[in-house]
Amino acid sequence: MQFDLSMPAQLTSALGPDLLLMGGAMILLLWSGWRRESDEHQRSVGVLSMVLCVLTMVAVGYYAYRGYTATNGVIAVDNFRWAADEIFLIATLGTIAMSLDYNRREGITPGESHVLLLLSTSGMMILAAARDLIIVFLGIELMSIAIYVLVGLNRRRERSAEGAIKYFLLGAFSTAFLLYGIALVYGATGATNFVAIRSNIISYSLEHSGLLLVGIALLLVGFGFKVAAAPFHMWAPDVYEGAPTPITAYMAAAVKAASFAVLFRLWLEAFPTLISTWHEAVWWLAALTMIVGNLVALAQRNIKRLLAYSSIAHAGYILVALVVGTNLGSSAFMFYLFAYTVATLGAFAVIVALGRAGEDNMGVEEYAGLWSVRPGLAVAMAVFMLALLGFPIFGGIGFFAKWYILEAALKAPFPQTRLAVILVVMSVVSAGYYLYVVMVMFMKPRSSTAILPERAGGWTRAVVWASAAIILIFGLFPDALVSLTQRSTPAVSKEVAQRSR
Amino acid sequence: MLAESLALTAALFIIGVVGVLIHRNAIIIFMCVELMLTAVNLTFVAFSRFYGTAGQVFVVFVMTVSAAEAAVGLAIIIAIFRHRQTINLKDINLLKG
Repeated sequence: MQFDLSMPAQLTSALGPDLLLMGGAMILLLWSGWRRESDEHQRSVGVLSMVLCVLTMVAVGYYAYRGYTATNGVIAVDNFRWAADEIFLIATLGTIAMSLDYNRREGITPGESHVLLLLSTSGMMILAAARDLIIVFLGIELMSIAIYVLVGLNRRRERSAEGAIKYFLLGAFSTAFLLYGIALVYGATGATNFVAIRSNIISYSLEHSGLLLVGIALLLVGFGFKVAAAPFHMWAPDVYEGAPTPITAYMAAAVKAASFAVLFRLWLEAFPTLISTWHEAVWWLAALTMIVGNLVALAQRNIKRLLAYSSIAHAGYILVALVVGTNLGSSAFMFYLFAYTVATLGAFAVIVALGRAGEDNMGVEEYAGLWSVRPGLAVAMAVFMLALLGFPIFGGIGFFAKWYILEAALKAPFPQTRLAVILVVMSVVSAGYYLYVVMVMFMKPRSSTAILPERAGGWTRAVVWASAAIILIFGLFPDALVSLTQRSTPAVSKEVAQRSR
Repeated sequence: MLAESLALTAALFIIGVVGVLIHRNAIIIFMCVELMLTAVNLTFVAFSRFYGTAGQVFVVFVMTVSAAEAAVGLAIIIAIFRHRQTINLKDINLLKG
């Protein structure tokens, strides 16, 4: 069935899963304000939020299964959107599950924290659907404003408040860049719809319009801040360290995925004909992000900061797929996003499981000899580290994710050999810190004064084991996932496939 | 006419960026960000003289969203003030490494 997006009723049904999540979140917001704040109430809101997430996942799956399409309009209805939606919802589900236990330990009683996660996720789903610059802006703000609050959720902790103010100021600053970029692109092309922008660029031959180039550069700066690509990454480690650990997981997994999804669609649908212009800039962004992220991560001794720099490095790998730009790059991107999201979620779930109230034990050294006291968690953390490293077999899908990015880079019409070499070399460097964590857990003796970590809550353990199972099972049978992601590409035009540099 | 408007908005935007970069007081930084958004709004209005109403619709959205952002931002600034009795970012430096 094809939706006619010029008709309000059909536009509404094309937004079905998004509206389901938003409406459900509104009802849950009322429900969470209905009763006195308490831990039981917080947990009941959290469990209902997870139910809503699952319902939305089913709705998204149904829409994808029916193979709906749409006329050109403000939103897109394609598999790229559905695949991205499912990834965001998986990340949200895991984050809420972790938060249930984390909030109890830290004494965070407002149930609204889960609802804010849902609202932020609905912003991400809007972003994955956006095919109009106005919708892009609204989606980004809907996502970000909720995250500003969530970072400062634990306002009794000074670090949480400090992370929130840094994220807020940098986020608002980057949004202004993004908006100015949008304004200039609108001014140069006279359109806000991605497809209209592309056709106007061709029909008015705007390839060398200065206004358009400045606009694209500003957009790239804005998105660079959002996805934490070097040199716009300085905020990420501080904010990731200050935020409550489940929210850090959410930012590293879902927020990054959503920003990348909209960046991909915008770049491949609106500016494919300008590839010779933006190619160089994105190339350097990817190379610099990989190099800076991995090298600085080597020096980190705080596990949350280490994973923050690791997430910067992964933003660099994903940018390689954007440089490639073909359908192959786009499906490699989706596969990578899935693998990265699950592995990141699992790693942070282990951190939540081992944390103590107040988050004062975030040094990697605290995990020394973990194997002797919590063997299960130690093995799971090793799987996540190896998956992020891209290690074969034990790293599960992490290996295939890197493999497909490399394949896309080398099979592109203009092979990105130099980027592929940087990617491989930096992956080797990343072994220096991922394997360091594994080494500390398995080979260092546990100090006699170390406190035995309490048994983690059931929800957190469920996230750890589910993530590890997904990584290992899909690592053995990646074919199903590959064929899914191969169908999950945005409408990439022929110009990209046969571009000339 | 368009060239003058664009020059004005670019100047406003740059003043905002420079303000964010050199000031260390959270409220002043936030005001500079709002200045950048105002520059963007003026740009949209200037362009919408040529392209019709889409730019003006955008301005309404930007104003609405920045009001929501201000509400959250000021709450965060109050939260940090309660901890440190200051909103000077030079003194807010627990997170580093």
